[in-house]
Amino acid sequence: MTFNRRAFIGSATAATAALSSPMVMAAGAGKPNVVVVGGGAGGATAARYIAKDSKGAINVTLIEPTRVYYTCFFSNLYIGGYREMASLGHSYGTLATEGVNVVHDWAIGVDRDAKTVSLAGGGTVPYDKLILSPGIDFVDGAVEGWDLSAQNAMPHAYKAGSQTELLKAQIEAMPAGGTFAMVAPPNPYRCPPGPYERVSMVAHLLKEKNPTAKIIVADPKAKFSKMALFQEGWANHYEGMVDWIGEEFGGGNVSVDPDAMTVTIDGEVTKVDACNVIPAMKAGRIAELAGVTDGNWAPVNGADMSTKADADIYVLGDSCQQGDMPKSGFSANSQAKVCANAVRGALTGSKVFPAKFSNTCWSLIDTDDGVKVGATYEATPEKIAKVDGFISQTGETSVVRKATYEESVGWYAGITADIFG
Amino acid sequence: MIRGLHRLLVFATMFVAGAALSDVPGDPDRGATIFSKCKGCHQVGPDAVNRIGPHLNGIFGRPAASIAGFAYSKPMKRAGSDGVVWTHETLDGFLENPKALVSGTRMSFRGLSDPQDRADIMAYLRVYSDDPSNIPEAEPTARATDHNVDPAILAIQGDPEYGEYLSSECKTCHQRDGGDDGIPSITLWPEEDFVVAMQAYKRKLRPHPVMQMMAGRLSDEEIAALAAYFKTLE
Ligand SMILES: Cc1cc2nc3c(=O)[nH]c(=O)nc-3n(C[C@H](O)[C@H](O)[C@H](O)COP(=O)(O)OP(=O)(O)OC[C@H]3O[C@@H](n4cnc5c(N)ncnc54)[C@H](O)[C@@H]3O)c2cc1C
Ligand code: HEC
Ligand code: HEC
Repeated sequence: MTFNRRAFIGSATAATAALSSPMVMAAGAGKPNVVVVGGGAGGATAARYIAKDSKGAINVTLIEPTRVYYTCFFSNLYIGGYREMASLGHSYGTLATEGVNVVHDWAIGVDRDAKTVSLAGGGTVPYDKLILSPGIDFVDGAVEGWDLSAQNAMPHAYKAGSQTELLKAQIEAMPAGGTFAMVAPPNPYRCPPGPYERVSMVAHLLKEKNPTAKIIVADPKAKFSKMALFQEGWANHYEGMVDWIGEEFGGGNVSVDPDAMTVTIDGEVTKVDACNVIPAMKAGRIAELAGVTDGNWAPVNGADMSTKADADIYVLGDSCQQGDMPKSGFSANSQAKVCANAVRGALTGSKVFPAKFSNTCWSLIDTDDGVKVGATYEATPEKIAKVDGFISQTGETSVVRKATYEESVGWYAGITADIFG
Repeated sequence: MIRGLHRLLVFATMFVAGAALSDVPGDPDRGATIFSKCKGCHQVGPDAVNRIGPHLNGIFGRPAASIAGFAYSKPMKRAGSDGVVWTHETLDGFLENPKALVSGTRMSFRGLSDPQDRADIMAYLRVYSDDPSNIPEAEPTARATDHNVDPAILAIQGDPEYGEYLSSECKTCHQRDGGDDGIPSITLWPEEDFVVAMQAYKRKLRPHPVMQMMAGRLSDEEIAALAAYFKTLE
């Protein structure tokens, strides 16, 4: 190394003033450069695996604006009161010590001819291979009456951290017997069971603090992930509290007024005390700026996660359109490992093994009542295709449900250790 | 000498009419003799109490780790909550190699490799397991299947480099540093125990849906590669 990597590391203890993006270019000398945009479930995993496994043969730069990444996974459990927000925060110290140059900045553009990424703080970073894992952004105008400027009155809480805290505070401040509304998103979106786990956790919170409160869910879909399991759970634990309005009852015909705090579902206006709007989603904006999206998402090849548009740009996680895998942290982490193996092979000639993917999504319905759904996947020429899967059954014993919840706690510890160390 | 034997015979006769006839019928008298291998730790019969191991009365149809007051190991309790119930098949697998079904069980017993010995011991235990509603048809005398992992599979030399790649999928749940809250640790296992456990999931002898799915798509070579890699993890 010809420069002081310490200047670039992103751990909370690193001197922030030393961050100097133009110098990043100097890192290129002699070795191939991999640039990863987005230090979440997909990006941090890819950066870590490439740096660790290439043992210094590849320069890996991770561009991520935040110093602490709060996982969306388990953020619903924070709302339910099962987790502290601090326990969901992860920083990049381990990645830095393992050889990843962590640059805390926004990527604002990609020059595919010059093969550089430009940063909001100025300067550019050269790449041989560029990996984008920027998560999601919201589709403009998806919910009538709502845009990002309304996110304080009606939080989305679909990027974890202050949004999640705000939503929880608003629910806790509801008057006795008040109404909480959720506007659920259309497919495809990140974490298919996420909105319904959230409904469960909000119900749990209200049952303890405000048992006569009501929950209305306006949903543009006719059915949703683990529907039978959630509906059974809501009936068992929160009887009469949750009113789910699906597509056939006009759940998709919805508008909101964040100033008046009203929600209009199929023409009927309801005054609400707290409202969670989860709009339709699309790939993180940088994917679009890089020109690798087609519509809302970036189509990729399952064998290595490279984009259909550019063989040197890879897209992981929520932003990519790959086939059968749900958009989840587990999927992003799984895709990142396949991508890391392929990118290393392409740049250093290391052995490339066949792509294998898997996913499991756990959801908590109430205390010690966990359910799960999972599958394995393989890359076919057309897409990432499902191989095999399983789902929790309705009517399972409390022993099984408790074990499932405990497994999810183990999984959280496992995946966050795998991503962040 | 064996109380309840007459009842066994009644059942045996009833089942003759059924389809699942035994090729290796158990002999409870011979089983009583072989039970001496278990006696140091287990009791069975009217006055049986828990000793080093739990008493074995009513074992057929009994969920694993369900005797209140006995301090089971964590893996045995997990097997219980996963839904392992002692049936002819699970007991046969467990007695053949306790670690195949319950890796990390505290029952330190090498196993009975001879199917006839297992059939006999099960016929003997069956005498003390006389609640008909707990006994699935033909349970005590059905043909003993061989759960033992073929020595040729155990002999496969795994490629640790491939194992390392494959293991990245496991590390989403199993912690690299061996932490085990909610999900068991799988680092630093003897290769054979690892292979035997994975094969038991693959063959669905062990009941966990996640692990049946994960192991189900791994080839014997891939399992060997994983074993070779995990054995080396600090
Ligand atoms: C409520 C909720 C519950 C969930 N529960 C689960 C669960 O139980 N299990 C599960 O597997 N998944 C769950 N998920 C889904 C999971 O959080 C996402 O699928 C996962 O985080 C996707 O990973 P990613 O790498 O694509 O994006 P993210 O993890 O969102 O990471 C994207 C990163 O990119 C950064 N970024 C964006 N744009 C730029 C830019 N221009 N320059 C630099 N950096 C940029 C962002 O700051 C962010 O850190 C849940 C999601 C929600 C909302
Ligand atoms: C060295 C002592 C020892 C020997 C010998 C032994 N066991 Fe065990 N056995 C145990 C212990 C201890 C447990 C509890 C294991 C645990 O919790 O992991 C156990 C558990 C069991 C169980 C599960 C019981 C339950 O409640 O789930 C069965 C069945 C069993 N043994 C049968 C046998 C048979 C049959 C033999 C003889 C072939 C035998 N054991 C030999 C110690 C022994
Ligand atoms: C989705 C999470 C998940 C993934 C991925 C996963 N496992 Fe597991 N694993 C579990 C759980 C949960 C158990 C406990 C199962 C049980 O109770 O039988 C387990 C149990 C095991 C056991 C038995 C441990 C014991 O003490 O009994 C082994 C061995 C094992 N896994 C190996 C692997 C290997 C190898 C991989 C990768 C190919 C893998 N697992 C991937 C969740 C996972």
